[in-house]
Amino acid sequence: MSARVPLPRWVDVALLPVLNVMLAFLIGGIVVMLVGQNPLDAVGIMIYGAFGYGSGFGYTLYYTTDFIFAGLAVSLAYQAGLFNIGPEGQAYVAGLGVILVALALNGLPWLVTVPAMIVAGGLFGAAWAFIPGYLQAKRGSHIVITTILFNFIAVSMMGYIISKHLKPDGVNSDESAPIDAISRVPQLNVFWDLFKHSPVNISFILALLALVGVYWLVWRTKFGFAMRVLGQNPTAARYAGISNSRMIMITMALAGAMAGMVAVNNVGGVQGRLILNFVSGAGFVGVAVAFMGKGHPFGVALSALLFGALYQGGQELAFSMPGITREMIVTIQALVILFTGAMGDMLRPPLERVFFKPPDNSSAEGG
Amino acid sequence: MAKDASSSTQRLETAAALPPAIKLVGINKSFGPVRANRDIHLSVQRGTVHGIVGENGAGKSTLMSILYGFYTADSGTIHVSGKPVSITDSRHALALGIGMVHQHFMLVDNFTVIENVVLGAEDSALLGPTLSKARDQLKQLAKDYGLEVDPDALIEDLSVGQQQRVEILKALYRGADILILDEPTGVLTPAEADHLFRILKTLRDEGKTIILITHKLREIMAITDEVSVMRQGTMVKTLETAQTSPGELAELMVGRRVLLEVEKGPASPGDVLLKVKDLVVTDDFGIARVKNVSFQVRAGEIVGIAGVAGNGQSELLEAISGMRDQTLGSVEVNGQAISAFGDDGAARLRDAGLAHVPEDRLREGLVTTLLEWENSILGYHNSYGSGLGLDIAKAKSEAAERIEKFDIRPANTALKTANFSGGNQQKIVLAREMERNPDVLIVGQPTRGVDIGAIEFIHKQIIAMRDAGKAILLVSVELDEIRSLSDRILVLFDGEIVGEADPATADEGALGLLMAGVHEGGASGESETEARLPEHVTPIEKTLTEMSPRVDKDESQ
Repeated sequence: MSARVPLPRWVDVALLPVLNVMLAFLIGGIVVMLVGQNPLDAVGIMIYGAFGYGSGFGYTLYYTTDFIFAGLAVSLAYQAGLFNIGPEGQAYVAGLGVILVALALNGLPWLVTVPAMIVAGGLFGAAWAFIPGYLQAKRGSHIVITTILFNFIAVSMMGYIISKHLKPDGVNSDESAPIDAISRVPQLNVFWDLFKHSPVNISFILALLALVGVYWLVWRTKFGFAMRVLGQNPTAARYAGISNSRMIMITMALAGAMAGMVAVNNVGGVQGRLILNFVSGAGFVGVAVAFMGKGHPFGVALSALLFGALYQGGQELAFSMPGITREMIVTIQALVILFTGAMGDMLRPPLERVFFKPPDNSSAEGG
Repeated sequence: MAKDASSSTQRLETAAALPPAIKLVGINKSFGPVRANRDIHLSVQRGTVHGIVGENGAGKSTLMSILYGFYTADSGTIHVSGKPVSITDSRHALALGIGMVHQHFMLVDNFTVIENVVLGAEDSALLGPTLSKARDQLKQLAKDYGLEVDPDALIEDLSVGQQQRVEILKALYRGADILILDEPTGVLTPAEADHLFRILKTLRDEGKTIILITHKLREIMAITDEVSVMRQGTMVKTLETAQTSPGELAELMVGRRVLLEVEKGPASPGDVLLKVKDLVVTDDFGIARVKNVSFQVRAGEIVGIAGVAGNGQSELLEAISGMRDQTLGSVEVNGQAISAFGDDGAARLRDAGLAHVPEDRLREGLVTTLLEWENSILGYHNSYGSGLGLDIAKAKSEAAERIEKFDIRPANTALKTANFSGGNQQKIVLAREMERNPDVLIVGQPTRGVDIGAIEFIHKQIIAMRDAGKAILLVSVELDEIRSLSDRILVLFDGEIVGEADPATADEGALGLLMAGVHEGGASGESETEARLPEHVTPIEKTLTEMSPRVDKDESQ
């Protein structure tokens, strides 16, 4: 018999994460103090950098877009009980699909190329995630191991393809030919002047749609129901006639497609070409985003925004505050991951004491 | 019986002169908002067997855990042999002479009996002296109490009954004077249970005090001198066993009158709806658990499968319901052969009209982290809504109807299933499987961990299904349940059907022998095939007055 009392829901989903983030900033503030800077100033600069002006806010939303897609790729698989650690590789391989289609349709208006890039990126990402799914479903290879390994395979394979096949003659850096401006994913500043020169593009709208779509899929469809049953209790799933192996393969493919949208944002939009290691860690941040967001699209949206702000505000900070290096920004980001993810339940016992309700004398059960 | 009763009364009178072995005064214990024990007073006389009965969650285990030092009471005092004590841990309890035999044995499987007995009670760094001392003592205990176990046998080679004896020996070796047994017969065959009771009687006659926690009223009546009834965390009453009846005890446990006997009319079997032929099922390690089992179940009859837990019942149920691949053989539902291969076999069987109430509802039949309405569509979720979407409104309204019909409490479709009691969880599963109007219903351990009040309801529902012309296959380790519900009993031992019985006439001794794998020799007139396929004879024609054990080829020679 457990003597644990569940926390009120708002404490669990709101207060606890907020306290965790504040704790991370507190430790981060001590680090800033140790290098002789004022932590309050640092926080001010970060917040201003992330939200204070149009272009900065645009950058925040650009990073947020990546993190939403990567976070959903992890969350979706997590709902089915699968730890997808591979969005990094899935997004990278999806870049190949995006660039192949974009170059083939190069010169056509974005209304034609963008849907094609979405489909191609989705398919390539799905294929790359399907293989670990298949290996888990049919061969019992653990998905955590295989998706991690597939990240490495993706790096080597893409490096080879980019440098040996996609790199046009006469170009020194490892990157593909560029997509014409007319065919790229349009930036939001085209429609809305607020975002100035920031790279945020309509992939952000796509990310918001994906959040709603994942919510609908998981909680409003038969497939999502089967997914959740599998994730919570695989034996009961088998009992219910839900094919574990089929669900694993389909779910992983969907997760990979989600990760593939990171490529649409970057290859199709921001860079307009496929460059080496363009994902640059967004896939791994997705794992932290998903955990902090507890696998729920709403949580993913909030934690992706937090990480987006950390990235953009952090760069602003490194730029404008002497003594704060890029490495220290990474340290603060790591602290956030540490306190919200790995140590996310550290404050739970004290909160349980605070919110403990005295025994109700009218009911007695247990034994 | 009368003589026994009077000697029991005598014992109680003699014991009354001494201070009670255990006396609990005003024990209270809460877990958060749950008050598991409320102002408990209990007095256990020295040299008696004292039964404690109550439904699941009545607080029996909590109370005994307080006595054994697992929990500390919030308030109240414990007296052992007249002296107030405060028991801090199990070592302390043992020092006071209190030993406990747990429902789930605490033995190291690949150690020998004697090693397990001395484990944690070694006198010195070197094992030698302890072991030789233990060997002498075990011999003495075996002689005194009939507790014979080979001291050098490995635990994993022993039967469950023998393992339990080792647990008792462990407690006695440590000098236990007061022995607490928690649901000791749950895993035993009737014969093993009888043997246990003989041992307990001897122990009592030698002056030991025994506290027996059980939910089986028959055992209480058979062996205890006094019985205390708990309900919802309170001690309702302590009675002299000779002065009470199972009916009275059940009423005290539940707080209302309970029908202990199952009322059912004669069966009228119709067409064969479930046909299992030459079924072989292997477990995850490739060992055959079900060996060439064939039987069939007709419309309007309940076929019970009796057997000691672990003789292939689980694998048989899992294979028939599509939760486990069949290795060989076939399963026909409604005359239609169903392939259970692949991990979605359960869906095909459901489509063919087979519903399944699994043995272990928490592990198999429910997703406890999901809500009640979600669990009430588990397995049938594809019939809610057309296209991709799930018709949540329909699912919820049907769940609400079933809650009403099956009296599931609390009546809240949006509550997490983990927050329902065991009996109500079982009702959620039963409601889901029965309300689909299946042709074949497979039920495993329908009342395991279910309160007496709910047991009555569940039994009535199963009988009602039968009377509605459904074919029902029932598997239970509770022999009483099998006997009272079934129209035909098949006995499973070591993965084979070793006999068939008519519940009206079969006597428990013979059934027990079959369940223990003892084939009563001698060839009956039946040929091998007929014995393997008992469905060739309908139960009505087959007015068996005794068991007809199947004769194995090699034994009939």
